[in-house]
Amino acid sequence: MSEMTKPLLEMKSVSKEYNGNPVLKDVSFTLGQGEVLGLVGENGAGKSTLMNILFGMEVIQQTGGYGGQVLIDGKEVKFTSPLDALKAGIGMVHQEFSLLPGFTAAENILLNREPENKSVLSLVFGDRANTIDRKKLQKEAIEAITKLGVSLDPDMLVSEMPVGHKQFTEISREISKSAIRLLVLDEPTAVLTEKEAEMLLKAIENLSKQGISVIFITHRLQEILDVCDKVIVMRDGRIINELEAASTSINEMAKLMVGREVATSINPVEKDRKISDKVVLSVKHLWVDMPGETVKDVNLEVHEGEFLGIGGLAGQGKLGIPNGIMGLYPAGGTVTFSGNSIPLNNPRACLDSDLAFVSEDRRGVGLLLDESLEWNIAFPAMQIHGKFLKKYLGGLINWRDQGAIKEVTEKYIKQLQIKCTSSKQKAKELSGGNQQKICLAKSFALEPKLLFVSEPTRGIDIGAKALVLQALREYNRKYGVTIVMISSELEELRQCCDRIAIITDGAVSGILPASTPSEDFGILMVGKTKKEAK
Amino acid sequence: MMENNKDILNAYVLPVLRDIKEALKAFGLPRLIITGFLLLLFIIAPFAGISVGASLTDTLGRFGQNAIMVLAMVPMIHSGCGLNFGLPLGIISGLLGATLAIETGIQGPLSFLLAILYSTPFALVFGWGYGKLLNKVKGSEMMIATYVGFSSVAFMSIMWLILPYKSPTMVWGYTGEGLRTTISTEGFYYHVLRDTLSLRIGSLSISFGEILFFALFAFIIWAFLHTKTGTAMTAVGSNPVFARASGISIDRQRTLSVIMSTWLGALGILCYQQGYGFIQLYQGPMYMAMPAVSAILIGGASVNKATITNVVIGTILYQGIVSMTPSVMNSLIHTDMSEVLRIIVSNGMILYALTRKSGASR
Repeated sequence: MSEMTKPLLEMKSVSKEYNGNPVLKDVSFTLGQGEVLGLVGENGAGKSTLMNILFGMEVIQQTGGYGGQVLIDGKEVKFTSPLDALKAGIGMVHQEFSLLPGFTAAENILLNREPENKSVLSLVFGDRANTIDRKKLQKEAIEAITKLGVSLDPDMLVSEMPVGHKQFTEISREISKSAIRLLVLDEPTAVLTEKEAEMLLKAIENLSKQGISVIFITHRLQEILDVCDKVIVMRDGRIINELEAASTSINEMAKLMVGREVATSINPVEKDRKISDKVVLSVKHLWVDMPGETVKDVNLEVHEGEFLGIGGLAGQGKLGIPNGIMGLYPAGGTVTFSGNSIPLNNPRACLDSDLAFVSEDRRGVGLLLDESLEWNIAFPAMQIHGKFLKKYLGGLINWRDQGAIKEVTEKYIKQLQIKCTSSKQKAKELSGGNQQKICLAKSFALEPKLLFVSEPTRGIDIGAKALVLQALREYNRKYGVTIVMISSELEELRQCCDRIAIITDGAVSGILPASTPSEDFGILMVGKTKKEAK
Repeated sequence: MMENNKDILNAYVLPVLRDIKEALKAFGLPRLIITGFLLLLFIIAPFAGISVGASLTDTLGRFGQNAIMVLAMVPMIHSGCGLNFGLPLGIISGLLGATLAIETGIQGPLSFLLAILYSTPFALVFGWGYGKLLNKVKGSEMMIATYVGFSSVAFMSIMWLILPYKSPTMVWGYTGEGLRTTISTEGFYYHVLRDTLSLRIGSLSISFGEILFFALFAFIIWAFLHTKTGTAMTAVGSNPVFARASGISIDRQRTLSVIMSTWLGALGILCYQQGYGFIQLYQGPMYMAMPAVSAILIGGASVNKATITNVVIGTILYQGIVSMTPSVMNSLIHTDMSEVLRIIVSNGMILYALTRKSGASR
């Protein structure tokens, strides 16, 4: 049995769950020496968890380890810390840079592994007093950079580098480790310009020629075709398909990524549903400065009584839209609702115009965690519409009407099947799904004309998911309330919505009817119009 | 038989035990220790030759004097501004009101009403400015508040000297200008509340006037917290982002709470003066915030939650310790330990509460 016949890395039915929620199911694949493997999937498909397992990240141990086997050279390994993984020759470059800005490229590349010279003082104080061998450091750094095959000045300070060069420094650091055999690149091109990305792809080819295997995670499907030998498509914690890069297409990958060709049976939006032509909300040139979800220029029209979906990959700006319109983050542009212009950066004005918002940040924005369910549900309606108040002295005193508050809370607890001990229970004691229902109840109590719902199913289990979506749909159908739902899960949007807008790079890249095949949405998500993909 | 016993145990005894355990937990260990210590003092008192009646009178008198200043903590805690370490600012408003009232020369109970009236505009203006300042330093209110208190005391120390007061009861006798460090309220509003509706049983005397005066303002604050605006204030303290997303102006609620706290501080010092008998100027207000802060924390409040019950329990416990320890300890060990104990209790309590963010429940 020679080592060469064994694949470098093999994963055998790896599985992982967080608090009972399975996030990886039966994942198996092999990776040979010098192979470049592309890994694609939507956010939350399980890519990062898989890499965390491979890299022995502590979060895996802390949450109960994983199932299945990871084999390197045919021998099972169980990494308990990233250091173990490093020793086995696995390097990883994360999305965020971990570089010292005040140090040069060379210093960063060999940080904490600097070649040393013994000095007189070392005799007394031991190795701590060794000096750094600058010449050798330079030489080794240049070696690593040449191995990568990019042009990078080893003396340049990281703080003065363009983003691309920082990325190269990171990668050089990984490959300067002599034992390196497998390099994991997590969305390395996301921050790069086209030119830099091209250089990086060349570098990956170089590495592969030198026998270093690469796992390449990216959302840019074209890059996969350009550089990878094979592609693994993940969805919902499973490997959906393993493809030869040479014989696949962007369309095929996009389709696999967002979901199977969905049968009409699980698309229960009524076929004969008529949406009014009347535009109720019109958004023009909206920009929102929300960290991580910047909106650059969104133009959008929402029809009366419509259930509009907004989708797109994380970080592209879809969450910024409702947060900006509702005044939670600095925004600009024009927003008109039923003919009236809505002032931006003013939450009160939005609520007064009968808009409401269920935030994606349940615990931070959506709830008063330390207060009772009664307070949580009744508070906005009390403050905005003066409901649940008794008036004394000719309206001078607005007394909280505890009875009415209790009544409305119990109504929603029943209607939305919220699991709690009583309406006086504190919001923080409920589970995620039930907290989400409280958030919905809170906005329902406002009786809005238009409701923004942001990531309503994030972090809640499947049963609760169905209930939440059902409640939203009913609310839309029964009361004719226009709903704009923002979600990362395309399938969810396709089940509920009439039309779906896809946001890419802070702008609407397309609006399609929900019945459109999911691959078309997938193509919009990766930032290509249909023509380009073909 | 055994089964039966077990059933009874499960059905009746265990839930009761659990309830007791819960209640004790809710009451809190520090409060338990302090209550125990206070009870112990009352038990020892007769053996040390101290009249329990007199001790109780003293404790209740101090309660009446201090309770409103402790109440002044509540609005700011509710709006998330933390403990009002800037209480001296409210006290200074009260001092301005008091000195102006005496300057008019009007004597008797009317001077007390005048003092309240005169201090109000100062409290509103100072509170407004103080509130604006605290809105600029969200997250470190308590530290800034402490220095607002200190610096206002320093500033007023100059002002007391140069403000053109003329009343011979207040100015230095040898120059005829500048206010004295302590001014007697004798003849003006000395014991104006304490001697109202007071009840004497042997050595014990209870002043219902003071207690009712406090109860009136405690009721107003309690009622305020049940109104629409009060609810919004509590929500701002509980989760400012939630409140903002619900269309509440965080800054306005916070400023309002600071104005309320400052005004209550002004009222509190007037109430204190009528019982104590003196107006203390210059460095007098410097550390006045500490006992009030400490009292509400002993009462079970936390940095972001406080109730009227916390105020009442806390003031009784704190003032009980302060009035009982000197007499009992001194007669027992013939050394003055009281001040040491008072400092340990009051600062220890503040330290304890600041390290724990959670606490009282509504």
